[in-house]
Amino acid sequence: MNESELIPHLFRTEYRKIVSVLCYLFGIEHMETAEDIVSDTFLSATESWSIKGIPENPVAWLYTVAKNKTRNYLRHHAVFEQKLVKQIAYNAEKVEEIQLDLSDQNIKDSQLAMIFTICNPAISTVSQISLALSLLCGFGVQEIADAFLSNKETVYKRIKRAKEKLKEDQIRIEQPQLSEISHRLETVLTTLYLLFSEGYYSVSNNITLREDLCAEAMRLNFLLLENPNTNTPAVNALFSLMCFHASRFEARTDPEGAAILYEDQDEHLWNKELIERGIYYLNKASTGNNLTKYHLEAAIAYWHTHKADTNEKWDNIRQLYNQLLILEYSPVVAMNRTYALAKVKGKAMAILEAEKLQLSGNHLYYSLLGDLYTGIDNPKALKSFEKAHQLASTDTDKQLILSNIKKLSERRMD
Amino acid sequence: MNEFLLIFRRAFGSSEEQPSPEMMQQSIKQWQDWFGSIAAQDKLVRPLQRWDLEGRVVKKDKDVINGPYAEIKESIGGLILIRAKDYDEAVEIAQGCPILELGGNVEVRMAVTPAV
Repeated sequence: MNESELIPHLFRTEYRKIVSVLCYLFGIEHMETAEDIVSDTFLSATESWSIKGIPENPVAWLYTVAKNKTRNYLRHHAVFEQKLVKQIAYNAEKVEEIQLDLSDQNIKDSQLAMIFTICNPAISTVSQISLALSLLCGFGVQEIADAFLSNKETVYKRIKRAKEKLKEDQIRIEQPQLSEISHRLETVLTTLYLLFSEGYYSVSNNITLREDLCAEAMRLNFLLLENPNTNTPAVNALFSLMCFHASRFEARTDPEGAAILYEDQDEHLWNKELIERGIYYLNKASTGNNLTKYHLEAAIAYWHTHKADTNEKWDNIRQLYNQLLILEYSPVVAMNRTYALAKVKGKAMAILEAEKLQLSGNHLYYSLLGDLYTGIDNPKALKSFEKAHQLASTDTDKQLILSNIKKLSERRMD
Repeated sequence: MNEFLLIFRRAFGSSEEQPSPEMMQQSIKQWQDWFGSIAAQDKLVRPLQRWDLEGRVVKKDKDVINGPYAEIKESIGGLILIRAKDYDEAVEIAQGCPILELGGNVEVRMAVTPAV
């Protein structure tokens, strides 16, 4: 790796670690100081390495410089010293003795503490995700803006406000207490789930960026698995779900970047290793008596790793969708349940259920009706597809519906 | 929309009224389908609550008996809260309840909201 590739690479992998360790050391009030020190460290690296060449161990170099900069900072900021040294220097008499602990274990502990700090209901979910991308994943403001199809200013303001709010509420950066883990973990998992979904279902055309978002969600989820206190069945279930979904990355887009629907995917492109890992973590998730939506969604995703349409597959998926709906209503899940019902009990039965859903205004609903009526009542199918086309907002959706209408008219001529 | 209480009752009296394990297995799927159908319409008011099969009954002399089955012919099998427009709709939903196939019945009651 040459210098022009190395620094962005290290920025991506190391920035977040040093920032987390510094934030963990300094506390929430001094988040910006932590970020400044790390940015400054990378600036020094760029300058020094371009003149003297890349050091033998670039990561160690960064850590040493970050440590020195931290020490200098503390020495030169009297206020900081008075306020903080007492809190942070457990056994150091003088500022000089404060050690920035960049050991593997402390990096992991710091990142875990930061996950729990950032995934706090005090700030909105979208703020949590933005802040997580910025501080825990080393994403730039532009990249976050791209992921959300937003602009730099909006994201910048959002992150700034979120930080202010966390400071205002004096959220502590600390290891989550065992007694409150199950409750707080719920918020953390929701954020990681949404971060992953943002990458997986995003309308953004930037496939690399989308895969990065998913990879980051998986990395943060894995941090939770590595700590015995947060290695709960729900955390394993969510990780399993992510593995199953991620296994289809290669198969779900064509070389031009267009989406390939599940039915049309080449299952040989599904990543077997990730499927195996998904199964492994789903098994690990199957303990205790708390059945979460992640368990159910992971189980559904598991059945989708079987390409063949068997009755067993769809009967299981149907039951899982039933359970998912009982746990939490969602229009998409209601439609998926109906689709699974059609696969097991036939279209006529599914139409009865579909008509009860009353999701007028949703183009997916009319597409589902069109699909169910096809071959049973073709004029009704056509009407439904036309309604879907009218309601769809993106070109991709409209094109997909048009191709269904075309298939239907070919069918009628047979 | 109104809220309705659906209470399922079934006789637990004699052994010939007890369903076989196969019937139970089949019935679990039917219950899931029925609950799923209600939930898919967003008509389930709150998540399902499971109830144990133990039970106590307090009688009028304040005597307590273990399990309702000895003295009360019918026992509550479960209850759910649903949303429906009116009694007609609530009853239509109740007619799909699997307890009917096990010889039970469903009592439907509308929640009364105080006039504002």
